[in-house]
Amino acid sequence: MKLIYEKSVPGRTAYSLPAHDLPVPDVPESLRRAEPPRLPEIAEPDLVRHFTELTTRNFGVDTGFYPLGSCTMKHNPRVNERMALLPGFRDLHPLQEPEGAQGALELMWRLQEILAEVAGLDAVSLQPAAGSQGELTGLMLISAYFADRGEGDQRRKVVIPDTAHGTNPASVTMAGYELVGVKTDPRGNIDLDDLRTKVDEETAALMLTNPSTLGLFDEGIEEIERIFHGAGALMYYDGANLNAVCGIARPGDMGFDVVHINLHKTFSQPHGGGGPGGGPIAVRDILEPFIPSPQVVRLDDGTFGLDENRPKTIGRVRGFTGPFGVFVRSYAYIRAYGPELRGMSETAVLNANYLLALLRDSYDLPYDRLCMHEFVLSARKLKREHGITALDVAKRLMDYGFHPPTIYFPLVVPEALMIEPTETEAKETLDAFAEAMHAIAREAADDPETVKAAPRTRPVRRLDEVKAVKQLVVKYGSGETSVPAEA
Amino acid sequence: MRYIALTDADRDEMLATVGVSSVEELFRDIPDGVRLDRPLDLERPLAELEIVSHLDSLAARNAHAGVELSFLGAGMYDHYVPAVVNTILSRGEFLTAYTPYQPEMSQGVLQAIFEYQTAVCELTGMDVSNASGYDGTTVAADACFVAKHVTGRSRIVVTEATSPQVRQVIKTYAPGFGLEVVEIPHSGGTTDPALVAEAAQDAAAVIFQQPNFFGCLEPAPDLAAAAAEAEALPIAHVDPISLGVLEGPGRYGCALAIGEGQGAGNAMSFGGPHYGFIATKLEHIRRMPGRIVGETTDVDGERGFVLTLSTREQHIRREKATSNITTNQTLLALGGLVYLSWLGPQGLRELGETCMALSSYARRELEAAGFVPVFSDKATFKEFAIRVGRPAVDVVRAARAKGVHPGYRLGRDYEGLDDALLVAVTEKRTTEQIDRLVEVLSEVAR
Repeated sequence: MKLIYEKSVPGRTAYSLPAHDLPVPDVPESLRRAEPPRLPEIAEPDLVRHFTELTTRNFGVDTGFYPLGSCTMKHNPRVNERMALLPGFRDLHPLQEPEGAQGALELMWRLQEILAEVAGLDAVSLQPAAGSQGELTGLMLISAYFADRGEGDQRRKVVIPDTAHGTNPASVTMAGYELVGVKTDPRGNIDLDDLRTKVDEETAALMLTNPSTLGLFDEGIEEIERIFHGAGALMYYDGANLNAVCGIARPGDMGFDVVHINLHKTFSQPHGGGGPGGGPIAVRDILEPFIPSPQVVRLDDGTFGLDENRPKTIGRVRGFTGPFGVFVRSYAYIRAYGPELRGMSETAVLNANYLLALLRDSYDLPYDRLCMHEFVLSARKLKREHGITALDVAKRLMDYGFHPPTIYFPLVVPEALMIEPTETEAKETLDAFAEAMHAIAREAADDPETVKAAPRTRPVRRLDEVKAVKQLVVKYGSGETSVPAEA
Repeated sequence: MRYIALTDADRDEMLATVGVSSVEELFRDIPDGVRLDRPLDLERPLAELEIVSHLDSLAARNAHAGVELSFLGAGMYDHYVPAVVNTILSRGEFLTAYTPYQPEMSQGVLQAIFEYQTAVCELTGMDVSNASGYDGTTVAADACFVAKHVTGRSRIVVTEATSPQVRQVIKTYAPGFGLEVVEIPHSGGTTDPALVAEAAQDAAAVIFQQPNFFGCLEPAPDLAAAAAEAEALPIAHVDPISLGVLEGPGRYGCALAIGEGQGAGNAMSFGGPHYGFIATKLEHIRRMPGRIVGETTDVDGERGFVLTLSTREQHIRREKATSNITTNQTLLALGGLVYLSWLGPQGLRELGETCMALSSYARRELEAAGFVPVFSDKATFKEFAIRVGRPAVDVVRAARAKGVHPGYRLGRDYEGLDDALLVAVTEKRTTEQIDRLVEVLSEVAR
């Protein structure tokens, strides 16, 4: 289909603005725009049609099953959208005086209290914009904590298992720490013998996703806690997989000192094709003095305010007080469940185990245990016997009407297929997906060319990603360019 | 539970298939010592209509722009968002999709991001935009990281007339990046290029804002030239709404253009979510953080779009990535694209001129009423600073009691400005509303 710029016709407009008869001040010549930006010129009917046509070329949870591992693609209740668009929330300026924003501040304070209870920790900062920023913020808190104790120069290392999301090591670098890797044992837990050799008086923290990206709860968590706290180090919990354990096992009770929570995963902020998200952090009391400023507080008179007088704070990690519209949606979502969040997680784990049981005979299962909210299969046998890769399986699933799982992650599993059904899928959907996976496994043997040629039912077939790099086109109308060589 | 489909019969059948007798058994790998042995201490579940009435009551306690005549700005603006924006963002195919890892499933959002990147490049005069950053503050930290790696230098210069929140975020990130931050003062509301020239020696970057935090127009080309002369990267933090009338930073020598997208297509929403934009010249593309969409073809030669240059990113590069960002603000950036498509070049220019005309009217009327601008000789865009003759905190309180929020208290961030307000005037304000502002300020100030 055409780009909106290719539909543009000079002189066409969609906008309207109130007329005025005021003089327009001159812009100094040296600052004045010489050429107008080449934005689209299109009337409203075709503007709407353009974006509607784009939606027909996209797939969301509303369209169908989306078992993208570690992304928790659950149903997004529409009442939450309606609530975020209430004028009292939508049109509220973030610098409104606290007296004029009591409802918003109360909602944020209530969400802080809820997330502290779910995490099993003492204080919550809602400021981080996404999980990755929560990670970085958490590491900054750890850094500030050790600096405050005079151990800042000594503790420069952060331990991360080989199953970690790529964000963890990237956050370690951005926080100025040094990465120490630790291996996974044959059961999918952290290798404790390896770990013991990696933790010492130079260790600042562990970053762990639990359940891990293998969808497995680390059975050695209590010993891990003793190793880190015994060495005077802290523990960071990557909350990407919190959907498995709400109301069942809390990060704070596992020994973690700081946790980020992905509101766009566990608490149903729609992911919007890549964002927005929300990455609040919950912390143990020892880290509370360092959390970002400002912090929403309830005052002695029962009103709500913003506390900016926080002498030990690491400072601000984003503008204003966080992605408020995300808070409204997640708060509404949590209030629909209340203590029944436990049932949410139990169902997510039941759905995953059921799907695993249906698929375990058709695909390799590298870690043969009960899973939590997701599980990782391998297509290595299909590859070895029929030349069909995880990528081929993923593309063929599209022809069956499903979004593929996460593939080639975690890195410790070759030809990985990481499947997370979430609690909101019906048994019939899981059955149909399993049927498709079985069919693809059969096709791999009987008709591999069909699998390799997939997808055939999408608006485009397989795309040339190498060409996209070599003949770089990242905006309309510039022609292709080659990427400058790495400095 | 209304968001869960399984019936008791489903559960029994599924447990049997798994080969366990209870849901409890599925959790047997979790040691007893870390399990929660009580229900979560949360309030009871609410029905949908109870949620609606509870949140209605919270929302009703906020003095939003629909019930209070507001001249607040300072980085977040009450610009009009046309109906088409939310119509399109509400489509489930966009709203409920994840990051487009599988391009054949995601051509809609990939093409939209490509079109957004084009719009940002057009506005800023740059070659490359990413798919968005978190907001107008974090993109400044991203830009510092780019500058550090491009120049190999470790000092960031930022003007004091740059948004205080932007400066605060840069300072929060700086220690981890191994960067030192130096601020240079303003001279009567704008920045002196001579001070930039001096501070830029050995600096990785010079960051300034245009229009600056006070609403004044900086001598931006001169600031960029002063930075470039010292081989520091000039970085402009710009208001997209101004870019129909003001030149794009890429056309006056800046290496990066960054900014807060909220005013262009997003509601204020008490501070988020919004999109931050970051754009640069082609030579720095390998240092760019975050997702970038590129054009390619499929096996039949049909045009399509994919995430490209992923070797910069955390999921491939891990600790050597250009950033840890993964989730960004795609839906809000899509709102920006729809909005900019609605405006077109003519609308963007007319909008900028309308803001300038109304803002200038407000400034004139306040001066006529005896109020003194803080920086009287400086050209402004849609915001200006004015003295109210007594502590602004008292003036804001008294004016709000009369239904008018007269602006941001500059004394919160700047010494010597406790009696000053930063007044923002968008196209949503009318001359009658501005007259009301003048009337109320005249009653409560001095």
